[in-house]
Amino acid sequence: MNCIHCSEKAVIELQHGALCKNHFLSHFEDRVFTTINRYKMLGPDDLICVATSGGKDSLTVLYLTQKYIKKHKYKNAAVFALAVDEGIENYREKTLQDLTKFCTEHNVPLTIVKSKDTFNKTLDETYQTITEKKNKKPCHVCGVWRRYLLNKTAKEMGATKIVTGHNLDDEAQAIMMNIFKANTSLAGRLGPVSGIKENEHFTSRVKPLYLCPEKEVRLYALLKGFQVHFAECPYSKEGYRHHIQEMLNNFEEQYKGTKQGIVRSFLAILPLLKEAQKEEKIINTCTLCGEATSKEICNACAMKEELMT
Amino acid sequence: MNIIIVDERTNKTKTVAFNGKTVKDVLQTLKINQETVLVVRNNEVLTSNENLNDKDKIELLSVISGG
Repeated sequence: MNCIHCSEKAVIELQHGALCKNHFLSHFEDRVFTTINRYKMLGPDDLICVATSGGKDSLTVLYLTQKYIKKHKYKNAAVFALAVDEGIENYREKTLQDLTKFCTEHNVPLTIVKSKDTFNKTLDETYQTITEKKNKKPCHVCGVWRRYLLNKTAKEMGATKIVTGHNLDDEAQAIMMNIFKANTSLAGRLGPVSGIKENEHFTSRVKPLYLCPEKEVRLYALLKGFQVHFAECPYSKEGYRHHIQEMLNNFEEQYKGTKQGIVRSFLAILPLLKEAQKEEKIINTCTLCGEATSKEICNACAMKEELMT
Repeated sequence: MNIIIVDERTNKTKTVAFNGKTVKDVLQTLKINQETVLVVRNNEVLTSNENLNDKDKIELLSVISGG
């Protein structure tokens, strides 16, 4: 199979035709840069915190954020990488090694924060309490910790934007998870630019890979030669997301364009969801840590207390 | 024909006998969803209709992150 634009051998078949290496790389970068422009994700004076793990998504988005800034000659803008070490043995240290190497090679400052320093325990140390005593999934606790530490640390470092590596598959999964669980309030927080209200406690979160399927992100990282070792979180299969992911991949294999369809349909109704929730949510500050919350105590502090009992 | 499969997820190599011709055929034989892997032969990414040859060594790279 050859590329639809030239006679070179194709590396991927897309809905509009097959592409060779060079045409795929251009196509992918164009889509990311168009997404950044369309949703006004980055500006010339931004201090950009890229949330990173060392996986294909975060390395790709880190590389392309830097490239976008250089391309647009944003001389006042700067980028740094931020990673959270949840404390998952035989997993996180491998991805952080790849990340550290990448940041050194690409001259990006990197900060790593450890969950244990804030929550007193690693995810491994608290696993038994989470699953047996509290009947929760480790992914739920990990998600709350990560969001909290990313937002708090980015704010402390003066970031004006947080860039995340969420791709089209991640978003389609999150949309379906919220629909299946009737979480309309959480659904309103999704989208290419996250958050419902502008608030001094929140740094705007943006997702440049929003319209890029996961398979294309992996291919881009591979063709660019980013070192990404496959490392599997020992808890990932316990999460609800894993089942949704399998279901959507089975649909996608049979009915091409399923994930795009989910995300594009969601984008059409997202303004209504955000507008409806503007009225509902009052943002307070947590009485324990001072971070933003819609309750008296934020989820992270509530969870920290719960896991200590 | 026999194809040698290197699986990135398990870091294991195995030889698979199958009756088909293409990358798509071998993935169907292995019951692997095409959405979840990239198939590489001699550092070259293959599309699903690419023909395979006896004793080809292919690597299956996981599309899905492990986190």
